[in-house]
Amino acid sequence: MKLVTGVIQPHRLDDVKSALEAAGVRGMTVSEASGYGRQKGHTEVYRGAEYTVDLVPKVRIEVLIADEDAAAIVDVVVGAAQTGKIGDGKVWTVPVDDVARVRTGEHGDAAL
Amino acid sequence: MELDTGVTAWMLTAASLVLLMTPGLALFYGGMVRGKSVLNMMMMSFGAMAVVGVIYVLWGWSMSYGTGVGAEGYSLFGNPFEQFGLGGGAVLDDAGEWVVDGIPTIVDVGFQATFAIITVALISGAIADRVKFGTWMVFAGVWATLSYFPMAHMVWGGGLLSDAGPFVFGDAAPIDFAGGTVVHINAGVAALVLALIVGKRKGFGTDAMRPHNLPLVMLGAALLWFGWFGFNAGSAYGADGAAGLAWVNTTTATAAAILGWLITEKLRDGSATSLGAASGVVAGLVAITPAAGDVSPVGAIAIGVVAGALSAVAVGLKFKLGFDDSLDVVGIHLVAGLWGTVSLGFLATETGLLYGGGIEQLGVQVVIALVAVVFAGVVTLVVGLALKATMGWRISEEEEVSGIDLAVHSETAYETIQQGSVIKEVRA
Repeated sequence: MKLVTGVIQPHRLDDVKSALEAAGVRGMTVSEASGYGRQKGHTEVYRGAEYTVDLVPKVRIEVLIADEDAAAIVDVVVGAAQTGKIGDGKVWTVPVDDVARVRTGEHGDAAL
Repeated sequence: MELDTGVTAWMLTAASLVLLMTPGLALFYGGMVRGKSVLNMMMMSFGAMAVVGVIYVLWGWSMSYGTGVGAEGYSLFGNPFEQFGLGGGAVLDDAGEWVVDGIPTIVDVGFQATFAIITVALISGAIADRVKFGTWMVFAGVWATLSYFPMAHMVWGGGLLSDAGPFVFGDAAPIDFAGGTVVHINAGVAALVLALIVGKRKGFGTDAMRPHNLPLVMLGAALLWFGWFGFNAGSAYGADGAAGLAWVNTTTATAAAILGWLITEKLRDGSATSLGAASGVVAGLVAITPAAGDVSPVGAIAIGVVAGALSAVAVGLKFKLGFDDSLDVVGIHLVAGLWGTVSLGFLATETGLLYGGGIEQLGVQVVIALVAVVFAGVVTLVVGLALKATMGWRISEEEEVSGIDLAVHSETAYETIQQGSVIKEVRA
């Protein structure tokens, strides 16, 4: 099993979610995140005082997936989240030892 | 004179409008501080309402409008005991009520009390996030007694800065229609002195202290504008064309000040901001306050646009000069208050320089502004230092960092999800 994590632009969330659903993904976890990459932050001005906001709002989307589907799902997220501008985010995959479904106690692929 | 029900109805309305300005100010200031100190910021305004609302009827009115102590025309304050508790027969007599110019004096007491309250509340913006609530409450009462009531007496109660005083040059007598000296220079100078005495917030100039809720700021500015119609049009003491002129001048100057502020910051910073618009509203209202009844609407445009631009530049000075006037009471109230007071020397339609009135009015206005600055500065310095030596001004550094709302008031303004799930009621 793999955990696919994407940190993406908040305004791409709807498209990414639809694309994942269309690709057969049945569940995901979405959370608000903040951070920066090459995009860096932005500047805000209040009564002439400039503030640099280093951390910009992002959305983190996490999907647990069977090993053989992981590469395809990464491509689905990338495809739906991409705008071509700096700040589009990153998607990565890490191996997962075990998954348990809380309701039934099932383990492994059966719990996905 | 007989009771004029029309004027009396308007003055009761105007008093109610001015009272609404202080909760409006609480929102204006509250939105500008960080989320961890919004309640304390608003409480300083409500605290001013509580303290000054009580002492005004006890000795505030008497010190403002009672018989001056000292030589006629040179008095600094009225006798606090003469009409203590509104007694002595000058406000209420056995037959019912005194009526002056068609208005019962008790209505004037209410109207004037609201001015005293907002003036004290204005100062609080300079010392946001960091002072003991008890010290602030004591300051509110002492400062109103030693600075506001005397200033109101000097300007409006027949004292040193009134047309009965020494500063009448030729045809030119001091003009302060609704409180450029009494309210805004007074509060602005007090704000500067207190900011210096109290000291900077921890992290001033390095940490980001951005406003936590700009919609609150804009709502507050809107309420201030609305309430200011009572302030300025009410100061005409009539339901007539003079009140109408003050109303129109108030709106025109304020509109022009929004433009002045927005254009300035667009050129300087690149964006026209909502905080700039809200601040421009207040700068314009402040500047037109002394002038609302004595300039033309076109003059009001000039007063407003200059006020907006001047204050937009002035709010940056605290960073250069290194004093933490947190919410720019100096940059807005002192600067626009000085400008509005002095502008009458040029723009007063009866006596101003640009209307062929000569230099005298300008001289009078500069003098009364300077006297107000010195008086408020000395009084605030003494009161501020005395409180520093006795009660102390600052909360602890740890309390300031964790947030004054929780440390001083045992409350927080906003609940987070994480907090909500662990809060348990321990005491019914």
